[in-house]
Amino acid sequence: MSTTPPPEESTPHGSSPGEVRRAVETIYREESRRVLATLIRILGDFELAEDALQEAFASAVEKWPEKGIPDNPRAWLVSAGRFRAIDRIRRRNRYDEKLTELKADDRAHGGGPAHTPALDGWEGVDPAEDQLRLIFTCCHPALPLNARVALTLREVCGLTTEEIARAFLVSSGTLAQRIVRAKRKIRDAGIPYEVPPQSQLAERLDGVLQVIYLVFNEGYSATFGESHIRSDLTGEAIRLGELLHDLLPDPEVKGLVSLMLLNESRLEARTTPEGDIVLLEDQDRSLWKEELITRGIALVEEALGSGRIGAYTLQAAISAVHAEAPSADATDWPQIVALYDLLLRLNASPVVRLNRAVAVAMRDGPEEGIRLIDELFGEGELADYHLAHAARAELCRRLERLAEARDSFGRALELAEQEPERRFLERRLRELEGRTG
Amino acid sequence: MKYLCLVYGEEAKMATIPDAECAAWGEALDASGRYIAAEALQPVETAVTVRVRGGDISVTDGPFAETREQLAGFYLVEAEDLDEALSIASRIPPARIGSIEVRPIRDLAP
Repeated sequence: MSTTPPPEESTPHGSSPGEVRRAVETIYREESRRVLATLIRILGDFELAEDALQEAFASAVEKWPEKGIPDNPRAWLVSAGRFRAIDRIRRRNRYDEKLTELKADDRAHGGGPAHTPALDGWEGVDPAEDQLRLIFTCCHPALPLNARVALTLREVCGLTTEEIARAFLVSSGTLAQRIVRAKRKIRDAGIPYEVPPQSQLAERLDGVLQVIYLVFNEGYSATFGESHIRSDLTGEAIRLGELLHDLLPDPEVKGLVSLMLLNESRLEARTTPEGDIVLLEDQDRSLWKEELITRGIALVEEALGSGRIGAYTLQAAISAVHAEAPSADATDWPQIVALYDLLLRLNASPVVRLNRAVAVAMRDGPEEGIRLIDELFGEGELADYHLAHAARAELCRRLERLAEARDSFGRALELAEQEPERRFLERRLRELEGRTG
Repeated sequence: MKYLCLVYGEEAKMATIPDAECAAWGEALDASGRYIAAEALQPVETAVTVRVRGGDISVTDGPFAETREQLAGFYLVEAEDLDEALSIASRIPPARIGSIEVRPIRDLAP
């Protein structure tokens, strides 16, 4: 490979079939999702576009060794895919509306379908816009949430149906069915292939961010033990978030990507090699990934500087305060409490109040934290949430109120479902049993 | 595409929206070129159900669904795509107290 200078690879007579195949593979990796997004817009049909994409690449493998790799492979592939789709419609021998539309389009572009793919103006279309369209269509609120997630991973990220099924612990059949139904609904209900107008953008963007964060959390929570396939989802979610950020650099997109990067930076430190939980305060901070922290902090600073501060940005800001602290004790807890106060104004959920209570305990002492958690319980909130009882237990333990700590850890253990969390709570209980109080 | 917007709501609450408001909104929709048809329905207690089984016609009172929200009317609209249909539906006056079910219209097979 080192004997071939790069320029020769792009000339018709200098590239071997092997080199062309490798080039096609690289182009497939880098461009296939963008080509697909454009084909969906042109053809107005997911299935047709996917078939056209496969055929365009098959055609490239066949023609490029002889004719050389075109200067603009993406435009060539879009054009090839489009003509293959027209062929396919014609073969079906149904001169339906679709073909009429495509012909009308051809006339508009000054040329009929030719036998060989030609560059005919598709370069002028911004492929970024097409990818953004695809993201918004896949995340349309008219689709069920689990279908939005599956469709986004399949169409935008290019994961296979099998990969997505494994990651979400469902059968390939179930997952494939979910995607088929979603595509049918996109077609039959007339879900548009468009970036929403400004008036709906914020709300629809929230929906997209929700899908991305769900993918991330699915991977993040699975990193306790079991499956590496599932933990790859965190990387996929970050890539997706960064793609969205390239296409639409909105402050909340920055906030979400930052939040994911900062959480990801602690991925290794939060479990032992045996898969046991290590609490934030006990983590070996030298294991935190500096590069991810740097990127995360830069993004959250941009988001905070925008003056339009959303819930993801605030959560990222809280995570950034932790990331910058040399230890749990040396953390700027007053700032964290202040950020939770802001977050509560946007999202007055009991879980946010619980997290704030823990931060208050770090700032003002465990008694105050216990008081706030008991206040929540008093209002009938979080009674069945294991982490609320675990947090209360932890604070009691610090105060040497051991009987209370045992009761609360016991209650948390009754409610906890994930194995690593159960092991953690059992360990805490064992430690307390050895002591009097 | 054509979409049917089915208006559901609690009848007592629906009565709080003046007919004049619905009529004015229907006229505005017509002026925008998106209107095909719309009607308000009599209360559900006037409903009658017809079935034909084995050639026999049965007529029954009702249906009186368990849910408190009743079908109160409909708008048949022409929209570019689902987003436009949803945007129209969100402006139907009873949307703020009841709910609007948006259904795409299907062409019968030839």
